[in-house]
Amino acid sequence: MTISADHASLGATGQGRPTLEVAEDARLPGPAAEAVRKFGITTEDYMLPARHQIQMVDQDGNLKHHSEQGAEPGHEYPLPGNDELLAAYEQLVVGRRVNDQNSALVRQGRMAVYPSSHGQEACQVAAALCLADGDWMFPTYRDAVAVMARGVDPIEAMTIFRGDWHGGYDPLKHKVGIQCTPLTTQLLHAVGVAHAAKLRGEDTVVLAMCGDGATSEGDFHEALNFAAVFHLPVIFFVQNNQYAISVPLAHQSVAPSLAHKAVGYGMAGERVDGNDAVALLAVLDRAVKLAREGSGPLLVEAHTYRMQAHTNADDATRYRQDSEVAQWVARDPLTRMKRYLTDKGLLDDGSDARIAEKAETVAAQLRTGLGEDVSVDPQDLFKYVFATRTLQLDQQSALLADELARDAAGAFSEEEAYK
Amino acid sequence: MSPTVTTSAEADGNVSLATARAAASAAASAEEAGPQPVTMAKALNTAMADAMHADDSVLVFGEDVGMLGGVFRITDGLMKTFGEQRCFDTPLAESGIVGMAVGMAINGMRPVIEMQFDAFAYPAFEQIVSHVAKMHNRTKGRVKLPMVIRVPYAGGIGGVEHHCDSSESYYAHTAGLKVYTPATVADAYHMLREAIDSDDPVMFMEPKKLYWSKDLVDLDALREEYERKADGREVTEGRAAIARSGTDATLIAYGPSVPTALAAAAAAAEEGRSLEVIDIRTIVPFDDATVAASVRKTGRAVVVAEAHGFASVSSEIVARIQERCFHHLAAPIRRVTGFDVPYPAPKLEHFYLPGVDRILDAVDDLQWED
Repeated sequence: MTISADHASLGATGQGRPTLEVAEDARLPGPAAEAVRKFGITTEDYMLPARHQIQMVDQDGNLKHHSEQGAEPGHEYPLPGNDELLAAYEQLVVGRRVNDQNSALVRQGRMAVYPSSHGQEACQVAAALCLADGDWMFPTYRDAVAVMARGVDPIEAMTIFRGDWHGGYDPLKHKVGIQCTPLTTQLLHAVGVAHAAKLRGEDTVVLAMCGDGATSEGDFHEALNFAAVFHLPVIFFVQNNQYAISVPLAHQSVAPSLAHKAVGYGMAGERVDGNDAVALLAVLDRAVKLAREGSGPLLVEAHTYRMQAHTNADDATRYRQDSEVAQWVARDPLTRMKRYLTDKGLLDDGSDARIAEKAETVAAQLRTGLGEDVSVDPQDLFKYVFATRTLQLDQQSALLADELARDAAGAFSEEEAYK
Repeated sequence: MSPTVTTSAEADGNVSLATARAAASAAASAEEAGPQPVTMAKALNTAMADAMHADDSVLVFGEDVGMLGGVFRITDGLMKTFGEQRCFDTPLAESGIVGMAVGMAINGMRPVIEMQFDAFAYPAFEQIVSHVAKMHNRTKGRVKLPMVIRVPYAGGIGGVEHHCDSSESYYAHTAGLKVYTPATVADAYHMLREAIDSDDPVMFMEPKKLYWSKDLVDLDALREEYERKADGREVTEGRAAIARSGTDATLIAYGPSVPTALAAAAAAAEEGRSLEVIDIRTIVPFDDATVAASVRKTGRAVVVAEAHGFASVSSEIVARIQERCFHHLAAPIRRVTGFDVPYPAPKLEHFYLPGVDRILDAVDDLQWED
């Protein structure tokens, strides 16, 4: 039974209720209704993900035949343009370099922690490239590469991990939410940003990111439901990298896929190969287009893999086998994209070298920027608690200033004390 | 606007549109001109309506706040007046309400949201503590969250469990939140308007047992006064009120406990003891100066609060007085608070709630003989 038929039957069977004269697809957002009409499929066929994940380029870099890409009526994805593919490849190379450079900086003690997205760069890049300038993104702590791909300065993007402040960039300037640590709480902020924009008649699309483990959180449910009920242009982008720190997906959910959760909220979901940048761009580009046209929210699940440990403080050998990791090496998003673009004649050794050079420039920028000793201002502790500061904080600020002044005057020398 | 004006304008036979409108409005409200008995509920409702008139970015949403006007009717008529875009019902999910409000505040709105009851706000605790309170700080002041979270709180209404919690201490303990709680009808109006105009997030704790208490106030005059004060930033934030002047001891209370403290002061006066009553009004920021000045003057203090005493706002107040007034104290500071038990069932709540007798007993204990 389809949702629309079920809804219509309420009127027929409801005890003592007035009969509802509901057209078959009255509850469906425009694009869904159109797909249902156009392809003769049911609402569920439209909202449920295609039977197979969308994959356009196989792990050896070959473009798959259209009939094998996972496409179905209502789930058709045109190949992205060459410029977008090249831009994505460049960001992939930069992203990989950034991930590996940062992991090295953590080992050198230059960063407090870095949750690497090594292996997930295709998701990172596609999430940023699918959006227009006026759109918003709400990333997690593992999405620094996506944040940079949206144009945030690399050093500002890494401030949170360097440890001199919780956030380094201006969310309003870049339309990128502060990288969020409490899982899925930022999905609701994405919903609010989209809601405010909609009330003002703006066509802003918001992309909200989370991982597979995060889909167990209550705010995941609340965010998807709010976005659906208020019919907001939010794309929920789940990077299913198979593990929530040590806990595998099987312990989070026994749903057929995470994308299947969409139908329960009355939105469309799709699964895509998260290591295939081409498929990711195709699926996310279409999701952005649909959302902007008024489809309401969409859920996209990308199958990928966290190649490294959760952070430098984690030991992944305690919960997964090397053989499993090895399988995913073969599915690497960079090598696949490089082969595909080379075969397509879009990339040669010269252009690849130029891209590698750009990545080296960013890596050097990170080494320099994160290698510098940062001076912190202790008075910053009090400056940003409130827009209008309280008298109590004035007093505490004065207390600390006085303490530091006495230290400077020699009453207490850290150097002496710990000599 | 008095009816006399209407008459004279009509007699002139030269009525401008504005005059006509004013006259019509005066005629309609002729009976209500000047101070009238007004409930706190009406004052809060008027404050939201006035704020929504003054600023298009003010939005009101929550559970049952639209068509129904809220379970306490505090948002009555707002959806009708301002439309479903500006006052609307949400799905039943408190974290969702607060989290969506955060996003709206990031994107230029001033959400005023309702948590239906104190204990129903707990699902939103993570959003409040981890985001509402910290966003300004984490972004080095680049993102402000001008939002108000209205919480009907505390007991005394015979409510069943989970409907009567005094949850203010959780919020007051969280750096980055301002916590207001009015005790009078006029303050309810002023403080809610101030909370909505504030660029900081405000937990607006509404003593639900005072919703239907009435004071003689003139809402039009309050509106004019607020709008005049707002220009000069003459504010109630961080300013306690001296609810009753006295000389022998100071009772310090907030929200639902203020009327109880005033009743105790009235009873004490009959016994020849002059008690000063301080209404804290904004728990955060706290007005140390007014409290300390009063206690230094009287030398004795009793803090009255409905919440459990242990690790609470009342403990904080005692600590602050002790730090500032130690040498002026003639007796240890006493507290009259709720017991450290879960809020009791309706037939037991009168044993739990601080009452006049318990306050007077505490006052009697302030070592008067020494």
